[in-house]
Amino acid sequence: MADPTGLALLQWGDRGWGDDLATGALITVELALVSLAIGLVIGLLAAGAKLSRTAAIRWIAEGYTNLIRGVPEFLVILVVFFGLDQLATGAASSMGFRIDGISKFWAGVAGLSVIFGAYASEVFRGAYLAVPNGQIEAGFASGMSAARVFFRIRLPQMWRYALPGLGNLWMVLLKDTSLVSVIALDELLRQAKIAGETTRDPFLFYMAAAIIYLVLTIISDIGRQRLEARASRGVQRGAA
Amino acid sequence: MIADALKSVSEGVCSVIGPVTPDNFVQYCPRFIDGFFTTFELLAIASVLGLMVAVPMALARVSENRLLSIPAYTYIYVFRGTPLLVQLFLFYFGLAQFEAVQNSFIWPVLRDGWWVAVIVLTINTSAYVAEILRGGILGVPNGEVEAARACGMPASTRYRRVILPQAFRIAWPAYGNEVILLMKGTALASTITVLDLMGQSRTIFSRNYDLMNFVYAAVLYLMLSGLLTWSFRLFEKRLNRHTGPRKTEGSSKKPDTAKAGVPA
Repeated sequence: MADPTGLALLQWGDRGWGDDLATGALITVELALVSLAIGLVIGLLAAGAKLSRTAAIRWIAEGYTNLIRGVPEFLVILVVFFGLDQLATGAASSMGFRIDGISKFWAGVAGLSVIFGAYASEVFRGAYLAVPNGQIEAGFASGMSAARVFFRIRLPQMWRYALPGLGNLWMVLLKDTSLVSVIALDELLRQAKIAGETTRDPFLFYMAAAIIYLVLTIISDIGRQRLEARASRGVQRGAA
Repeated sequence: MIADALKSVSEGVCSVIGPVTPDNFVQYCPRFIDGFFTTFELLAIASVLGLMVAVPMALARVSENRLLSIPAYTYIYVFRGTPLLVQLFLFYFGLAQFEAVQNSFIWPVLRDGWWVAVIVLTINTSAYVAEILRGGILGVPNGEVEAARACGMPASTRYRRVILPQAFRIAWPAYGNEVILLMKGTALASTITVLDLMGQSRTIFSRNYDLMNFVYAAVLYLMLSGLLTWSFRLFEKRLNRHTGPRKTEGSSKKPDTAKAGVPA
């Protein structure tokens, strides 16, 4: 079997690893998207808590952000995985049955969204404060209720201020999904690792994984630019 | 000899804090402290080397010569656009498969997880720092550059005396954030056999399955990041001492994301 480039290993089907890498890439994207959705909810709640009138609630939210900021993502993901695992196994055995550990996918989602939420809460808080006060006052002056001011004036504009920050966080999240390979979820990096160890050609597969991550980054970059252009279509830009 | 000295330091630290720390920490305390030093060492070496790579990279990135700016752009984009863990695996497991690499002079370095971690962390952080410095360089007011030009300064003097010092000042807070991110990145070195703080706590965890190990590691990481944040703020004040009290003190409480979110 003459194959000077070694690229035959990337074939689809039984003889190559192309389809396995594709499956892994799909799991990576799923992991990132689900974590994004949950992380955004956590971020909004935590931002609300930071803007709360009750000091204790503010402190809890600030503590959460500072904790996640100062601790490696890798550590957070391991703690969440092993913590949930021990919790679930313990709870199951106390109720008299055994389980084979928890879903690695959902453990990964839990870890990643907790990290995303901590940073997103800062973005949302900044966006909330960035909406000019005069507009809020104008809303109240024209007789809108607090809820209506929030939904019609504050929220639509927050989106524009929050987008650049959220775009950055999405890129970070996409790359952080690779950490979940350490808890043996078969996402892109782990598939590349398995393929590399089996074929003894790790360079090829890590390179392929790197290129797939890069493509995901490029797609995200383009998407981000479009979203930002759309979000600020009502805004006049000053001379550059 | 340095290793011996560090060992006695970590034992000394442990005997001092032993009475006030929990029992299951005391048992492995020297390992935690040793890992802490390793993490700090990785961080210190990679951040200094990374900065040394980042400055020329940022200059190439803003250069008008495309032969310089395109390679620099690609370098920055590729290393920021792929996960650090993939880069570590590619350099540590990937390069080792080639006989040419195994027979070359560089093999003793590439065989050692510690050196691979130093190299990859340096490359990775240099790409991020170069991008931050680019922002700083572009943020230097045009008038200052024109003034330097009008004084007859050649480009090299302009960069050395006007542009770079100003760019560093502008980029400093973002650079501080990047050093914290790098600190968190060092934890990944544990996946390629380095016994840093993360590596030590994972090893201990694999023995006793006690989640508290990770909590102790988290406390030590938090202490390090707190120390870094504090010293970066302190130096920022020093860098900006000539600017005096700011008039917009009230609005400076807004987080940076808000400012970043406002289109220019």
